[in-house]
Amino acid sequence: MPSDPFHPTKTSLGLGIPLLAKRIIACLDVDAGRVVKGVRFQQLRDAGDPAELAVAHARAGADEIVLLDITATNEGRKTLAETVRRAARDLFVPFTVGGGIRTLQDAAQVFDAGADKVSINSAAVANPALIGEIAGRFGSQAVIVAIDSRRGTGSVETAEVFVSGGQAATGRKALEWAREAEERGAGEILLTSMDRDGTGLGFDCELTSAVASSVSMPVIASGGAGNAQHFVEVFSAGHADAALAASIFHFATHGIGELKQMLLRAGIPMRWPC
Amino acid sequence: MIAIVDYGAGNISSVKKALEHLGANAQVTSDPAVIAAAQKVVMPGVGHFSRCQLLNDHLRAPVLDAITSRKPFLGICVGMQWLFAGSTEAPETPGAALFSGECSRFPASVKSPHVGWNQIEVRPGSRLLKGVNSGAFVYYTHSYRAPVIAETTACTNYGGPFSAAVERDNVFGVQFHPEKSAEAGLKILENFCAF
Repeated sequence: MPSDPFHPTKTSLGLGIPLLAKRIIACLDVDAGRVVKGVRFQQLRDAGDPAELAVAHARAGADEIVLLDITATNEGRKTLAETVRRAARDLFVPFTVGGGIRTLQDAAQVFDAGADKVSINSAAVANPALIGEIAGRFGSQAVIVAIDSRRGTGSVETAEVFVSGGQAATGRKALEWAREAEERGAGEILLTSMDRDGTGLGFDCELTSAVASSVSMPVIASGGAGNAQHFVEVFSAGHADAALAASIFHFATHGIGELKQMLLRAGIPMRWPC
Repeated sequence: MIAIVDYGAGNISSVKKALEHLGANAQVTSDPAVIAAAQKVVMPGVGHFSRCQLLNDHLRAPVLDAITSRKPFLGICVGMQWLFAGSTEAPETPGAALFSGECSRFPASVKSPHVGWNQIEVRPGSRLLKGVNSGAFVYYTHSYRAPVIAETTACTNYGGPFSAAVERDNVFGVQFHPEKSAEAGLKILENFCAF
């Protein structure tokens, strides 16, 4: 077919942006079935219904939705499966659920309710074999290992892993833990800078870049988003594959569409229009 | 009724949800009788190609029967890769060899797995991709990919071009996840439901 432009020897789509798009992920922190967002893991504000917000964010252009259950009580936690089911019903972008997943069985319930991926944090540190168990059954693409890390004024090598909602130090180093998670079958890393979380001062690009260069799987940067320039920085200097933010979207500081257009103008590949 | 073939390769509830959202009657099954009774067959799949051995061991004949009897068939992700001869990911596990060529890993020049939204270039005339334009973004998550062949109807460039979609007669395959690809993905599933 000499007239066919569709030929295997073509190496470029010629579409202007022949690159994998960087992802903008909206995060819903959920407590007892309601979306809240902490500032430095404290001072919770109520921001609405998770199912409504998930769909609204997806329609506005979020590339992915993460629902993190931060419910402290067992009583409140029972609502999670139902919340996930309602949120997943009209959601046709990737949907991750995290918070309180301790066993393969917990993960299976969340997948059954409609999640595409689970995010595991404290349970993975306590029982690293859990990563491989979930990956073995549901595939590596379904397992995100979340790392909450703090380094204060120290170097990226000193960044330490914290668990239990940022309350307990583990003695593990973030870079080493990310590499181990990959070897055990994780598909992505969700890296939260506790130093920046909720501050609006920008992502920890140095730490994100260090983690991104020590693993081959995608790294999602989290913690500190305050304006569009912070996203530009974490995608360029931070080499993040995706960036996650919560309050910046719930409270409409920036619409996601507006943010994506600003990033496109800055030369960052984005899925747009959505 | 659309049979969604469940051979133990991961989570397929989102495929069912998307088909039901479009008004289809979809049933997740590993029962050959249900596959035989279905009007259409969808075969999802995530993870390692060796999982296809479970399919080969238990459901290969009913699935191939459905294809031979000209029921519209859609393979998704590893479900599409199975339509090829095989994959270097699991050389001992054969595919259906309905399309020529073998799936192989991305070159070391790009990050792997390929996760996220990437663009497709669509061959004009594709029935499955009718109404979806070149440049549309779809969601991928995979480490192995199928070569571009004569039946390729869409390709994506990531470490070189690979088959994003293939079709011949009643057999269709997509490497990306239409159930997770927002409006573009729903349009593709809607086209399939209408066959």
